[in-house]
Amino acid sequence: MSNKGHASNRPFTSPIASMVVTVIAILWTIPTFGLVVTSFRKKEDILSTGWWTAFKNPSFTFDNFRAILFESGGTVGEQGMIPFAINSLAITIPAVLLSVGLGLMAAYALAWIPFRFSDHIFYGLFALQGVPLQLSLLPLLTFFATGVQLFGHTIIPQLHIVGTLASVWLPHTMFGLPLVTYLLHNFVAALPREVMEAARVDGANHFEVFRRIVLPLSVPAIASIAIFQFLWIWNDLLVALVFAGGTDDVAPLTLHLANLGGSLGSHWENVAPAALFSIIIPLIVFFSLQRYFVRGLLAGSVK
Amino acid sequence: MITFGSILSSSWPKIFQIISVIVLFFGFYGIAFAAGARIKGKKQNSLAIALFLVPALILVMTGLGIPAIQTFIESFKNADSSKWVGLANYTNAVKDPDIRLAFINTISWVVISPVIVTALGITLATMLNKMKREAFAKSLIFMPMAISFVGGSLIWNLMYAYQEPNRPQTGLVGQIMVWLGFELKHLLLWSPWNNLFLMVVYIWGFTGFGMVILSAAIKGIPTEIEEAAQLDGATGFRLFRTITVPMVRTTIIVVLTTAMVGTLKLFDVIHTMTGGNFKTDVLSNRMFDENFVYLNYGRGSALAVLIFLGVIPITYYNIRSLRQERKH
Repeated sequence: MSNKGHASNRPFTSPIASMVVTVIAILWTIPTFGLVVTSFRKKEDILSTGWWTAFKNPSFTFDNFRAILFESGGTVGEQGMIPFAINSLAITIPAVLLSVGLGLMAAYALAWIPFRFSDHIFYGLFALQGVPLQLSLLPLLTFFATGVQLFGHTIIPQLHIVGTLASVWLPHTMFGLPLVTYLLHNFVAALPREVMEAARVDGANHFEVFRRIVLPLSVPAIASIAIFQFLWIWNDLLVALVFAGGTDDVAPLTLHLANLGGSLGSHWENVAPAALFSIIIPLIVFFSLQRYFVRGLLAGSVK
Repeated sequence: MITFGSILSSSWPKIFQIISVIVLFFGFYGIAFAAGARIKGKKQNSLAIALFLVPALILVMTGLGIPAIQTFIESFKNADSSKWVGLANYTNAVKDPDIRLAFINTISWVVISPVIVTALGITLATMLNKMKREAFAKSLIFMPMAISFVGGSLIWNLMYAYQEPNRPQTGLVGQIMVWLGFELKHLLLWSPWNNLFLMVVYIWGFTGFGMVILSAAIKGIPTEIEEAAQLDGATGFRLFRTITVPMVRTTIIVVLTTAMVGTLKLFDVIHTMTGGNFKTDVLSNRMFDENFVYLNYGRGSALAVLIFLGVIPITYYNIRSLRQERKH
């Protein structure tokens, strides 16, 4: 992709185009802005007037945030929102580490270790990436509770992880691996053959090549895919509902927020700051690492 | 009053768990790599495959491969999977008016929203190209990508909030309807248009993706081709139609198919905003309800298989183009 030498009069580069883009950018920002404003308004104001009127007689407050974070026995739960954020972290960090770590090694094995079924496994993984995770939810949940039985034979014994954080980050790792492996394979397979072969000639085996060459060279790809996974897992609802649905003790922010939105439907003085609180970490990750995130998207989509 | 101290003491086991996973992972592979580096000759290939590839394969097979087969088998059994019922789950699903509606809604989601996402994406990408403050505008439109669909749904619930006509409106969309002199409606209850209002949330969340991907593709168009077309007198919309669109055709298909798969599986928006009520149900929400609310595993599995059948043509197409690409 070259950025040099662009023609000056591009299609649509006109005052009308600028206007259209400005209007869309504003339209895209207004809903989030409305949430931000609402979360700083007083309860009685939220219920009686629209948030866009708040600037006429400004009276903003931090009380809503204090209520959802530090008031026990409140509508948000005994311990406020922070424990749910910790659950989100305790689900996201292991899942990102394991899927990216194991995915990178698998990508290396498929790209640089010649063996018989290498190609079949690669296509198999690529095909599994298309399997909707809806197809796996219930059997996987049963598997965590009772082990795997296929045609009456026990293949894998029961794991005692139901209701723990592991029963949420393990499915995320499993579901993420096909895509992560595929994306990292694109990158690892494109490393220069001469470098890899020179190292092998010098007597380095696969473990050394991976650690000394592949790992350092893959840092940008790892960063972008890890961010991608982070946002994906942090923002998930379905896996959380199925695997952490039973207990608040391991529920991530999204799950708690979805429950709040349902049960407190019109209590915007709680729901708005809670929603804002839940999107703050992904927004920080996104804005500080946007460049890597975009690169990760492109690795997956532009051939 | 909750203090940081009390939160920390109750969260400590979880933090400890995060740390243990990290330590165990790096510890295990640290030792494995140290040991593996000493091994020479033929053995190291098998050892490397065992340590690099097998863990990932086991996880993928237990998490996706085997469960998918089980769901397929379950879909031919009754509600508590005690009896074989043949195709009954599928035929009943087609007969059930609620599920039929979920079908129709899913199809309209899959047809309408990807087209809008892609059309908006390419328009924005083309207009933004070389524009002043391109990066800033892109960030704003792209930002919803970082927000969960649960968060997005609540953000839009606020936009669609409804109050009785004699009271001041608290939802901006309702207020705009009042200002423009339309009849005030409770938007999320207004069938069948409420489906469109739900799609808006998805389009809002996903257009940034289309824009960023297409924008990269447009920047990749060789300048000479564009200049040649301009010398031939092509400008504005003609240049867009005859050069830009054909040159990024593959990327358009990528955005379109990604959005299609996304909408086919979409669950969060429906679950959070309407719970599938008010005639807005879709297959993937219905599948969740069958499995986890009505506890009809047979039918839930059948719906999951149907979602899978919808994805197959797209996966098949992707594998085909991947094989062609790898041959070159």
